[in-house]
Parts: sequence; C-alpha cells; structure tokens
Amino acid sequence: MFKILKKQELSEFVTLFEFEAKDIAKKAEAGNFFILKIHEEGERIPLTIADFDREKGTLTTVFQKVGKTTEHLGTLNEGDFISDVIGPLGVSSHIENFGKVVCVGGGVGIAPVYPITRALKEAGNKVLSIIGARNKDLLFWEDKMRDVSDELVITTDDGSYGRKAVVTVPLEEFLKGGDIDMVIAIGPAIMMKFVCKTTEKYNVKTVVSLNSIMIDGTGMCGGCRVEVGGETKFCCVDGPEFDGADVNFDLLMERQRMYPDEEKAAMERYTEAIKGGK
Amino acid sequence: MEEKKKAKKRVQMREQDPLKRARNFEEVPYAYSPEEAMEEASRCLVCKRPACMGGCPVEVNIPAFISLIKDGKFVEACYKIKEKNSFPAVCGRVCPQEVQCEARCLVGKKGEPVAVGNLERFVADYEAEKGEVKLPEKPKPTGRKVAVIGSGPGGLTCASDLIQAGHQVTLFEALHKAGGVLVYGIPEFRLPKAIVGREVEYIQKLGVEVVVNAVVGRLYTVDELLNEQGYDAVYIGIGAGLPMFLGIPGENLNGVYSANEFLTRANLMKAYLFPEYDTPIKVAKRPAIVGGGNVAMDSARVALRLGAEKVYLIYRRSEAEMPARKAEVHHAHEEGIEFLLLTNPTGFIDDGKGNVCAVECVKMELGEPDESGRRRPIPVKGSEFQVEIDVAISALGARANPLLPKTMPDLKLNKKGYIMADETGMTSARGVFAGGDIVTGAATVISAMGAGRKAATAINDYLKWKYWDFRGPQ
Ligand SMILES: Cc1cc2nc3c(=O)[nH]c(=O)nc-3n(C[C@H](O)[C@H](O)[C@H](O)COP(=O)(O)OP(=O)(O)OC[C@H]3O[C@@H](n4cnc5c(N)ncnc54)[C@H](O)[C@@H]3O)c2cc1C
Ligand SMILES: Cc1cc2nc3c(=O)[nH]c(=O)nc-3n(C[C@H](O)[C@H](O)[C@H](O)COP(=O)(O)OP(=O)(O)OC[C@H]3O[C@@H](n4cnc5c(N)ncnc54)[C@H](O)[C@@H]3O)c2cc1C
Ligand code: SF4
Ligand code: SF4
Ligand code: FES
Repeated sequence: MFKILKKQELSEFVTLFEFEAKDIAKKAEAGNFFILKIHEEGERIPLTIADFDREKGTLTTVFQKVGKTTEHLGTLNEGDFISDVIGPLGVSSHIENFGKVVCVGGGVGIAPVYPITRALKEAGNKVLSIIGARNKDLLFWEDKMRDVSDELVITTDDGSYGRKAVVTVPLEEFLKGGDIDMVIAIGPAIMMKFVCKTTEKYNVKTVVSLNSIMIDGTGMCGGCRVEVGGETKFCCVDGPEFDGADVNFDLLMERQRMYPDEEKAAMERYTEAIKGGK
Repeated sequence: MEEKKKAKKRVQMREQDPLKRARNFEEVPYAYSPEEAMEEASRCLVCKRPACMGGCPVEVNIPAFISLIKDGKFVEACYKIKEKNSFPAVCGRVCPQEVQCEARCLVGKKGEPVAVGNLERFVADYEAEKGEVKLPEKPKPTGRKVAVIGSGPGGLTCASDLIQAGHQVTLFEALHKAGGVLVYGIPEFRLPKAIVGREVEYIQKLGVEVVVNAVVGRLYTVDELLNEQGYDAVYIGIGAGLPMFLGIPGENLNGVYSANEFLTRANLMKAYLFPEYDTPIKVAKRPAIVGGGNVAMDSARVALRLGAEKVYLIYRRSEAEMPARKAEVHHAHEEGIEFLLLTNPTGFIDDGKGNVCAVECVKMELGEPDESGRRRPIPVKGSEFQVEIDVAISALGARANPLLPKTMPDLKLNKKGYIMADETGMTSARGVFAGGDIVTGAATVISAMGAGRKAATAINDYLKWKYWDFRGPQ
C-alpha cells in the first residue's frame, strides 16, 4: 500500500500526487515510469515519475484525467492509499553535456519533461524550454520549468496565455539559430510526430518518450509494441525513450486506439456508479 | 466376479457438458465423490516396486497415498503426498500425468492406468475443504536469510522448503499477485485461482514474507540483496516469460496478441469479467490461435469462453506432433475449436483502420525429421489462402526475459539467454541458485517444483559449508 502525502489540482483535468514509495524513490531516475493499480478490480496503468525525493522516500506524478482509471485516481485524497505501485521501469534518460538542447513539453507531457530538463541543466547544458497547452487552464509548472531552463517559451493554442501558437513554431525559431545539439519532446503522440517533422529538416537528433498501452511493464506481454526504425520494440523495456526520427507514430496512435468501445463503456459505468452515490 | 470386472475400468471424472462449459470459466471436470475416489483407488495394485513413482519428478509415494484412500483416510493421504509435493491440488490438475506417473503404471499395461492425478486432486481438495490443513512444527531458526525471486511453482516450492529448514525467507514477485504462470497463464477453468491463492497463503502461514510488485533487477539488484540487505543466498525462479512473435507482416496490427498478453489480461487481470474488472480484452467473433502447445489450447479455449463464434487453431505440423497435453487437445475438439493443421500463417491483413481482418496462410507438408525428432514442415507452393479473423493470438512459446540476468554480469547464460545451473541449481554467481523455466526453457509445473526443491537442499548445504564450486551444467 502506498500512501498519498500531497495532492494538488494543477488544472481542471490535471492532478499531482506525491506519495510514499521509499524503495522506488531510491532507484528512480529521470525518464523512468511506474505502473499503478488502484484496487483489486483495477487496471494497471503506467505514469511517469515526474519527480522523486530519495530522502523523503517519495515519488511525484502528474496525471491527466482521460478515462476511468485516471478519473478514479483523481478522486483519491491525501491520506488515501494506492494498492499497487511497480517501478522504477523503463530505461533512464541518457544525460550528458550535449551542448545546447531544447526541451519540449506538451500538455501533461510537461510533467515528464521536467526531471529530464533538470538533469540536462545539471549536466551543464544550455537549456531552452518550450511548454504548451490548449489553453491557460491546462498549463502548469511554469515556475519549475523556468528554474531549470536558460530560456522558457510558453504557448497556448488559443492564445489565452503566452504565445498563441503550437510548440513547433518557437521550436523552429530555435532551430533556425543553427546551434541546437538535441531536442527532447514529450506530449501527445501527434505533437511528438510534428516535432520530429520539424527537427528532421534541420537534422537535429530528437528524443521522444512513447506512451503505448501497457500491462506488466517488464517485457512479458508484448502489448506495448512500437515500431522504431522498421523494427518491433517493447516500449516498456527498450524505451520509453526512442530516437524520434525512427518512430512510426501512425502505428503508435493506431495502437493507442485499441479499445475505444471498452474505454467508453467503462467510463459510462463509472459515471453512473458515482451518480448512484457509490 | 461381477464386482471385479467393473473395478477394472477407470472411474472417469464427470465433466461439464462441452457446449455449456464453452461459455463459462468454471472448471471442466467435477471432482470425484469420496465413493468414486475409493473405487478408483481400489484399482491400484499397491506395487512393491511401484513403476509409477519413477515417472513422477518429485517421487510422490503413490502406492502409499492411494492405500490411505482405500481406507478412507483422505486427509492422511494428502499429508503423505505433501511429504514430497507441497501443492497437490495444483499438480493433480495440471501435471501431464499421461507422460509421467500414469504412463508407467502397471495397471496401464493392460487397460487404463490408475488415475493418480485425479486422486491427488481429490485428497488435496478434501483436505482444504475440511479445513484440516496441517501446519508443520516451527523449525529451529538458523539465523540465515534467503531471497527467492519469482513466485511460480518453483519459487513457491523453494520458499516453502527453506522456511521449513528454519531460514528466514522473502519471496519477491514482479507482478501484483503471487503464483507465476499458475495465476497469469493457466486459465481459471483448468486451475481455479482460489487454489493458487490458498497455496500462497499456506507458505505465508509457514512464515514466508511475500513481497509483490518487486521487479528484481530494477527495484533491487541481486547484488544488493546479497551485499546490502543481508541475504545469505538467492534462488532465481523467474520463468521464461518473454513472448515470441512470428515475425511476419502485419504483426503489430490491433487485435494481434501474444498469448502472454491475452492470457494475462484474461487470467491475472480478470478481463473476462469486464466491466466489473477494469481491464479490457478484445472479444473476438473469429479468433485464430497460432501454435500447438498447452499455451495455444488455453488461449483458444479462453477466446471461446469470451464469446467467440468460431475459433481457429493454426498449427504447422499435424496433430500427432502437437506438444499439448492430450486431454487438453481432446477438450478443445469437444468444445468445437477448429484445427487448421499443416498450415502456417504468412501475414496478417489490415482492415484499413489498423485492425487485423484476415490471416494469410500457406499449407505445409511434412518432410524429414528435424533436430527435435519431429518431421519438419515444408510450405506447399501455390497453396496460399486467407481466413477471415478479427483477433490473432501468437502462442509460439516463450524465451528468457533478460531484464534480471542483464543486471548480473557474473551470471553465466547459455546461447539462448537461459541461466546456466548444475543439477543442484548452483550457478556461476556465488550464493545464487536458479531453477525452473529460466534454466530449462518452458517445461512443466512439476519439473519447476522439483528444481525448486533440489535448490532448497543445495542452499541448505551452502549455508552450512559456504562451499562454492560451479562446474557448469552436467
Ligand atoms: C510510459 C508511459 C508514461 C505515461 N505517463 C503519463 C503521465 O505522466 N501522465 C499522464 O497523464 N499519462 C501518462 N501516460 C498515459 C496514461 O497511462 C494513460 O492516460 C492512462 O492509462 C489512461 O487510463 P484511463 O483508464 O484513465 O483511460 P482510458 O479511457 O482507459 O484510456 C484513454 C487512453 O489512454 C491510453 N491507455 C489506456 N489504458 C492504458 C494502459 N493500460 N497503458 C497505457 N495507456 C493506456 C489509451 O491510448 C487510451 O485510448 C503514460 C503512458 C505511458 C505508456
Ligand atoms: C498458458 C500456459 C499453460 C501451461 N500449462 C501447463 C500444464 O498444464 N501443465 C504443466 O505442467 N505446465 C504447464 N505450463 C508450463 C508451466 O506453467 C511452467 O513450466 C512453470 O510455471 C514454470 O515455473 P517457474 O517456477 O519456473 O516460473 P513461472 O511460473 O514462469 O513464474 C515466474 C515468476 O517470476 C516472476 N518474475 C519474472 N521476472 C521477475 C523479476 N525480475 N523479479 C521478480 N519476479 C520476477 C514472474 O512474474 C512470475 O510470476 C503452462 C504454461 C503456460 C504459459
Ligand atoms: S506430482 Fe504429478 S507426476 Fe507426481 S504423482 Fe502427482 S500428478 Fe503424478
Ligand atoms: S504402478 Fe499403478 S498400480 Fe502400481 S502402485 Fe503405481 S499406481 Fe498403483
Ligand atoms: S507492457 Fe508488457 S511487454 Fe511492455
């Protein structure tokens, strides 16, 4: 059982939890994720380790409510327990002094990009960051990102805060400068796809973090298959970070839509239960 | 005279009607009644030199336990089995008895062998039902600490033996539930999960600490267990849990599963109870399962129970070469699974939206025997054909998962990535023993248990003498 110590609503749809997980915190590194299961009947879902505190023995995660499990998770409060947490999983981010890097976080992807940005900064990189969301209400961690970046650009699709643009616009401006050594981008698959299209023109290495559907997270089921450079990889153990130039994003997006009817049914049933006072 | 003749025929376990059971997840056979068990037991000749025991990898004293059944001493019979096999309710159900104990039974020379498995299952269920599960006396603590990694049948057995030798034992399991393949692979209708749960509880009662959600290699390394956390020895029983795919076009389409994923969703996550349980699974109308082993039969029969109209089983050799247990092949036939034999898939077809809608196959014929001794299948030119399907499950067997071994540079592996161990379970890494599927490749429940037991004995010796001399597999 893993106790939730802190809950913070970052926006209407995005929630932060800090919870006790002493042994996982000891081993966690930037780029890792964990899997959780809320209760006996629950599904196993992966979430990124957005931060960790080895001394306190805690993990921080930021999640967006998109369906049954994340909605349910959002109803838990400080003092509540999560029944199962498994991690740290996935290959850690490769951190070194690359020179000048751009870190892009889109939507809830701001959370996972943060520890990587921090690590890159600590490794001596010059860090330019871009965070974007559909509107102001969905943005979070502006301060945290600013603290670990040399420069921070904020974009919103509707212009309600920062620049009215998608993240690829300021990204292209940075790339035009000609001295970017690497880009790291985390967000919705479609955003990562377009980031890679943009960086391709400038031949800049781009690391992305893929979010395929997972169960065990240890290489046992193969459900998380992604195609990278024409080869099948298991996202949970070979990734989740890959070289974006080689990723088949269309396949990733198709595979994310494996259970539309079931997800809808689960959500409807859950909403009914809540209304029924359960 | 009349009596005697009747007693010669094996007492069959009554079974759920095939058409009915094809739509539920309840166990296929009904248990013996006490009378039936005694009648079946009466067929045993209680041989002085029982051939059957030689066929059992853990040498259960078969005539002794069957004699006790004859006398109506069912609980005692169970204790007798447990001297050698801690989990008779499991083995009675899933051991391939027809090639092990029962294959050598003397009675089987003339007619059907004594139903050792059915009897074993009967007494184990009887013991549990009567609540007379006996806890052995607490042994004297040795002050030694052993970590067992992986809670499959091998790990459970090893942990159970070690705790009874007086050591402190922690069992680490990567998943959120203990039991290994017994919980995530073998379906409910062959092995009810309550039974596995009972066995896990039993070893907890003996004093084993079971730690789930512990992916060793990530959360802790074996090196840390030995050098920082104070464990004196480690047993690795992590199974062969890496799925294999065919490597043909279309394999990443939606609807194409590995058997591991399909069965894990269904069994461990209870997707067959969706939406009561949250994990979804594709309910197929026309699924195709590729393979001919136990895993393929289980996948086919799960797909059927989820509500499929027609289930295809595609296998590249003929039925004679199928590695699955005969009883399971028979059950699959009875339930109406359609076998496409001497057939090999060559590609999966996209419906235009990223879902599988058909499988392209080629007919095969059998040529010369290959290294496995089975005749090698060769494709027949121009025999390609398509079958309309909406789910495909690849049940081609498993390989070693490198996640843990990768973190142990001093652990010798063979070419295929399996851990090298001698017959006692000793590996090239000091203090580290291994057994079960991660050493032998995919095998059986009882052989994994046998390996766990042997390793427990070797660990006892090691903890006494601290002697290490690894010479590699014999
Ligand atoms: C490595 C990794 C890291 C992630 N990190 C974060 C994070 O930090 N914050 C965050 O908000 N989200 C993250 N996600 C996505 C998150 O796992 C999904 O949003 C969540 O599983 C949705 O579950 P649901 O029941 O609420 O929604 P559902 O209605 O079940 O699904 C909504 C969508 O989420 C995806 N999804 C569903 N089930 C799973 C599953 N078992 N595994 C993976 N994806 C699934 C599918 O694409 C689906 O269409 C991450 C995913 C991966 C693979
Ligand atoms: C679908 C199916 C049906 C089968 N049917 C039969 C049958 O009818 N009869 C029969 O005799 N045999 C059958 N088998 C084979 C039998 O189940 C296996 O041979 C046996 O379970 C192997 O036992 P094991 O102890 O080696 O490991 P497993 O049962 O494979 O268990 C290994 C455990 O280790 C855990 N693990 C893995 N990596 C780590 C890690 N890094 N850290 C912590 N834990 C880890 C896994 O999660 C798993 O729980 C079947 C197998 C399958 C897949
Ligand atoms: S353990 Fe298996 S092989 Fe041994 S007697 Fe029991 S059923 Fe037969
Ligand atoms: S060989 Fe057959 S008849 Fe003889 S003891 Fe074993 S089970 Fe009984
Ligand atoms: S989630 Fe099962 S192999 Fe990656």
